[in-house]
Amino acid sequence: MKRTLALTGNESAAEAMRQINPDVVAAYPITPQTELMHAFTQLVADGAVKTEMILVESEHSAMSACVGAAAAGVRVMTATSANGLALMWEIVYIAASLRLPLVMAVVNRALSGPINIHCDHSDSMGCRDSGWIQLYGENPQEVYDNMLQAVRIAEHPDVLLPVMPTYDGFIISHTLERVDVIGDDEASAFVGEPKPRFSLLDIDRPVTYGPLDLQDYYFEHKKQQAEAMKRAKEVVREVGEEYGARTGRAYGFFDAYRTEDAEQIILCLGSAAGTAKAVADELRDGGRKVGVLKLRMFRPFPAEELARAIGHARSIAVLDRAEGFNGVGGPVCPEVKAALYKAGGADVFNYVYGLGGRDLGPDLIRSVFDDLEAGRADPREAIHLGVRS
Amino acid sequence: MAEERGWREIPIGGLILEAGNAERYVTGGWRTYRPQVDKDVCIDCLQCWLLCPDMCINVEDGRMTGYDYAHCKGCGICERICPVHAIRMILESEAPGGADEGGCWRSGKKRAPKKGAGGGGRTA
Repeated sequence: MKRTLALTGNESAAEAMRQINPDVVAAYPITPQTELMHAFTQLVADGAVKTEMILVESEHSAMSACVGAAAAGVRVMTATSANGLALMWEIVYIAASLRLPLVMAVVNRALSGPINIHCDHSDSMGCRDSGWIQLYGENPQEVYDNMLQAVRIAEHPDVLLPVMPTYDGFIISHTLERVDVIGDDEASAFVGEPKPRFSLLDIDRPVTYGPLDLQDYYFEHKKQQAEAMKRAKEVVREVGEEYGARTGRAYGFFDAYRTEDAEQIILCLGSAAGTAKAVADELRDGGRKVGVLKLRMFRPFPAEELARAIGHARSIAVLDRAEGFNGVGGPVCPEVKAALYKAGGADVFNYVYGLGGRDLGPDLIRSVFDDLEAGRADPREAIHLGVRS
Repeated sequence: MAEERGWREIPIGGLILEAGNAERYVTGGWRTYRPQVDKDVCIDCLQCWLLCPDMCINVEDGRMTGYDYAHCKGCGICERICPVHAIRMILESEAPGGADEGGCWRSGKKRAPKKGAGGGGRTA
């Protein structure tokens, strides 16, 4: 039965995990992910889930335990943030390379240093090329919805890749909002039973995970991974549509908000989209043709679809919540520019914003739309939005 | 080396779906030092067989008969454990014969055949 609850982002992720009822969860606490695991371990202690909860001594161990359990053929989940994700690094790549369908919530937090506990995307953007599918959520509702869909996407036989649903630390993880939750039976029916192709515990069909793979076959295995990531696009679309048919909340690669006739478009990920849409509404009321493209799926990158959705604009601002330290800006903008390379004449500007949890208010969004309309920005270098000079 | 297959034909993730096929992967080429056994001294206690990490000690009818050089890495554990100092390590570049030959530098024919494995005092 459908229920409407007041949940923070962390609580809505825990509610999704309760309904998914994963076989194994191995995790280590780190702000701002901690409340998610508080809530989930309480469910384990209460017997509300049948999960084997492994409390480990570090995130490297958490991801290692998850890899082992997933190779044994069961459904596995974990969660982390920032430095915890950084400590997992080696095993994050191994999970994807071994084609293990893990789901790991990443509660976005700025990487040290200097040490900071608040939101930016430097953690998950850092592992954008690790072979994980990435879904960025805008609010607690999307957190819940993305967690359920992530299990289906990861375990799809055409995919078999780990999925990282992310959401902004504190801004989403600790903010109480209305969340519509589907019934436990419906959630169980949607995620289904895991159907592992291989299991380390199957002594009748023995399998070796992780043997040495040198010049003769490593490249072929990377090609397989690349092809699986391409196929994941179709699966994300299918799962998002099916979820929509069941819940009334359909999901695609991105949310194009008032972009159809827009001349200026802001592209962003996560919680910034809420503010951007509110400002777009206000400017639309004043007769300006502005829109917002909220990118939900960053991996795989929906280049063709994105070009079709925003290629008509006169100017586009890509908002990056991470600095790329590449001399030209953040990680999202170059991919958007590449996607638009043959799509027309839109000028694309890069704004790096919100590092270490710096607030992104309506005034800053308005200033971006104003820059775009007046042609004030310099397309050759990123603008650091909201930094003091 | 078997014929190399394309990315569509092989298991995903580098998985190996067949048991026991590591035997076909020839890894003895990494070896710098080669163990050799003096069968005139060897007492067939088989401690080398017990401790070899790569299962490279050949045993027939309870007697140590030499080495599987296709997989021996030359770690020297057999030399260390041998209670009668029947095993020596020689540089691969100075080893006689082909890569798979020369496991015994004396045949052991002087000694009477021994029944069973293990035990026994020093006989040489």
